[in-house]
Amino acid sequence: MNYKVDENGFYGKFGGAYIPEMLYPNVEELRQNYLKIMQEPDFQEELQALLKDYVGRPTPLYFAKRLSKKYNTNIYLKREDLNHTGAHKINNTVGQVLMAKRLGKKRIIAETGAGQHGVATATVCALMGLECIVYMGEVDIQRQAPNVARMKMLGAMVVPATSGSKTLKDATNEAIRDWINNPEDTYYIIGSVVGPHPYPDMVARFQSVISEEIKAQLKEKTGNENPDYVVACVGGGSNAAGAFYHYLDTPEVKLIAVEAAGLGIDSGESAATSVLGREGIIHGSRTLLMQTEDGQVTEPYSISAGLDYPGVGPLHAHLHQSGRAIFESITDDEALQAVLELTRLEGIIPALESAHALAALGKIGAKPNETIVVNLSGRGDKDLTTYLDRFELHGK
Amino acid sequence: MENRIKTLFNQKSQELLSVYFTAGYPNLEDTVPIILELEKNGVDLIEIGMPFSDPLADGPTIQQSSTIALRNGMTMPKLFEQLKHIRKYTQIPLVLMGYLNPVMQYGVERFCQEASEIGIDGIILPDLPLSDYVRDYKSLFEQHNLNKIFLISPQTTEQRIREIDSHTNGFIYMVSSASVTGSTNGNAMANTDYFQRVAGMQLQNPGIIGFGIHNRETFTQACNYASGAIIGSAFIKALVQEGSLQHNIQTFIQSIKQEA
Ligand SMILES: Cc1ncc(COP(=O)(O)O)c(C=O)c1O
Repeated sequence: MNYKVDENGFYGKFGGAYIPEMLYPNVEELRQNYLKIMQEPDFQEELQALLKDYVGRPTPLYFAKRLSKKYNTNIYLKREDLNHTGAHKINNTVGQVLMAKRLGKKRIIAETGAGQHGVATATVCALMGLECIVYMGEVDIQRQAPNVARMKMLGAMVVPATSGSKTLKDATNEAIRDWINNPEDTYYIIGSVVGPHPYPDMVARFQSVISEEIKAQLKEKTGNENPDYVVACVGGGSNAAGAFYHYLDTPEVKLIAVEAAGLGIDSGESAATSVLGREGIIHGSRTLLMQTEDGQVTEPYSISAGLDYPGVGPLHAHLHQSGRAIFESITDDEALQAVLELTRLEGIIPALESAHALAALGKIGAKPNETIVVNLSGRGDKDLTTYLDRFELHGK
Repeated sequence: MENRIKTLFNQKSQELLSVYFTAGYPNLEDTVPIILELEKNGVDLIEIGMPFSDPLADGPTIQQSSTIALRNGMTMPKLFEQLKHIRKYTQIPLVLMGYLNPVMQYGVERFCQEASEIGIDGIILPDLPLSDYVRDYKSLFEQHNLNKIFLISPQTTEQRIREIDSHTNGFIYMVSSASVTGSTNGNAMANTDYFQRVAGMQLQNPGIIGFGIHNRETFTQACNYASGAIIGSAFIKALVQEGSLQHNIQTFIQSIKQEA
C-alpha cells in the first residue's frame, strides 16, 4: 500500500483539487513549484536554520516516568509544546512563509481554529515583514482569547468569521474567499493537511520533521527507532501527519489517530469525522466529511477549537480506510481528565487538542514492555480560562 | 430535441439577460413562481441555485440566501419535485448551478438523468475540476443533452481558456473580476483588457459575464464585450424588498432592461 500522494494529488481515492476556476492559477502555480523549491539547497539551508535557532528544534523526546508508571508501559512525549509559539504549527508556517517569499507574494492569509496556527503565521509574518490577515471563527475568538491578543501584538489583522458554526470550517471558507478576491499578491498559508492538492502533501512534508526527530531520538534512548505505537490527535491532521510520516511504511509501528468525540459520538455534538463522516468534498479536497444525507456539511462540535472540524485531511481518510491507522475518539470530559493527569503527574500543562491524544493512552492497552510515543502537539496556555472554569480553580 | 441554450444563442446573440436565484428563497415554494415571473419579464436564461452549506465562491448575499433556503427545507429531491412539470409552463433555458458535494451525494448519474427528464439544459458546478469532468462525466452529460458550463477568470491563461472552450457547449461564464459573487466594491467592469482579450480569441462558445453585475450600467457595459450578462446577488436582494415577489421582480428586471 502506498501512503504518499500520487502524481494527481490523491491518497488512494482521497485528495485532489476541487476548486473553483478562480483559484486554479494560484493552486497550479504552487503545485508546479513546491517540490522544486523545497529541494533547493538555499531553501533548505534557510529552513533548517530557522527551525533550529528560531523555532527551537529539535524538540525533546521526553520519557514520562510517572505517566508510564500509571499506565504500566513506556511513554515518551514528543515535546512540540516547547516550540516557539507553543505548538507544532510553526514547523509548517516557517516552511510556507519561505515558500511564499520564493513565489514573490506580499500578503499572507490564514485560517485558524485554536489560534495556534494564526499565531504561528502572524509570527513568521512579523519575522519576514509581511502583511498578515487571519480568519478566525467568532466562537473561537471568544474561547481562545489569549491567542487573539498574541496575533494582534504581532501586527496581524484578525477577521471574525460569522457564518455557520463560527468555527474553523467557516474561518477556512473566509480565507478561501479572500484568496479568490486577491489572486495576484496573496499567499494562503493553510494550517493543516487539508485543502486542495498540493497543500496536504506540502504541509505533511513540513511537519514530517517531527517523526524524523522521533526516530533518531528513540534510537538514541532505546536502541530502536521504532516504537510500538505513535499517538496523535487529529483536527485536520497536521501534527498526526508529521508524527506518522516516517513510519507510514513501517507496519509494525501502530499509528493511533485520535479525534474529538465532543459530548459523545451519538450526541449530535461531535467532531469524530472517521466515525460520523462519509466521502465528500470540503475545502477543495475529496475526503471523509461529516454531512447530511443531502450533502450539506454538518456543524461539528468539540471543546477543543483545534479539533472542531467536520473533515480530516485526505491522507488520514486514506489511512482510516486502508486500516493503516487506528482511529479513536475522545470526549470533552475524557480530554479534560487527561489535562489534569498530565499536569499533576509530569508538571506539563497540555493544550486541549493534545489532551485528546493523551486520553487515548487508557484505550490502547499497551503492554509493560511496549513503547508509546505521544505527540504532545501544544501547550495549554491558551486554554487556561477553560481549565480554571472546568476544574473550578477560580479563587482557590 | 435541440438544447434550449443552443436555440437561444442561435436566435439572439446580444444583450442576453440571465438571472441567478437561490432555489427555496425567500420561501421554499417560490422556485417555480420566480422562474415564471422572470420569463414573463423578458429574461432570456435562468440559473437556479442549488443551495449549499459552504458556498466557497459566493459572497454574503448568496451565502445568506442559501442558509435560509436550507433552513426552509430545500433539498435536491425537493427541488426536482418542484421542477418536475416546469416544461408544461415555460421553454426558457434553465441551468442548475451549485457545488459538487450535494450532487455527488445525490449521485452524478442520477442527477443528470433526472435533470434531463425535467428539461434542464445546462449545469454549472464551479468546484468540479475540468480534468475530472472530461475523464469521468463528459459523456454522461452529453448523453443527457446537458451543457456543462465552465467559469473563467481574469487570471485564466489563454491556453486554459482554449482548453475549457473545447470541452464546453452552451456558453462560457466569464467571471468579471477577481472576486466572489456579489462584490460591488470597485467596478466589476473595470478590467476591460481581459474582456477584450477574451472577445478577441474567437472562441467557439459565446461568453456571458457574471459576478458583480448589479444594475443597468454594469449590465450594458458587460454586453459591450460579451453576449450578455448574469445578475445574481443584486436580484436576490431585490426579491426581499417591500412588496410582492411579482412586483419586486418586475421592478428590478425593468430597471435593468430600460433606461431610467
Ligand atoms: C496544539 C494543537 N494540536 C493540534 C491541533 C489540530 O490540528 P492538526 O490536526 O492539524 O494537528 C491544533 C490546531 O489548532 C493545535 O493548536
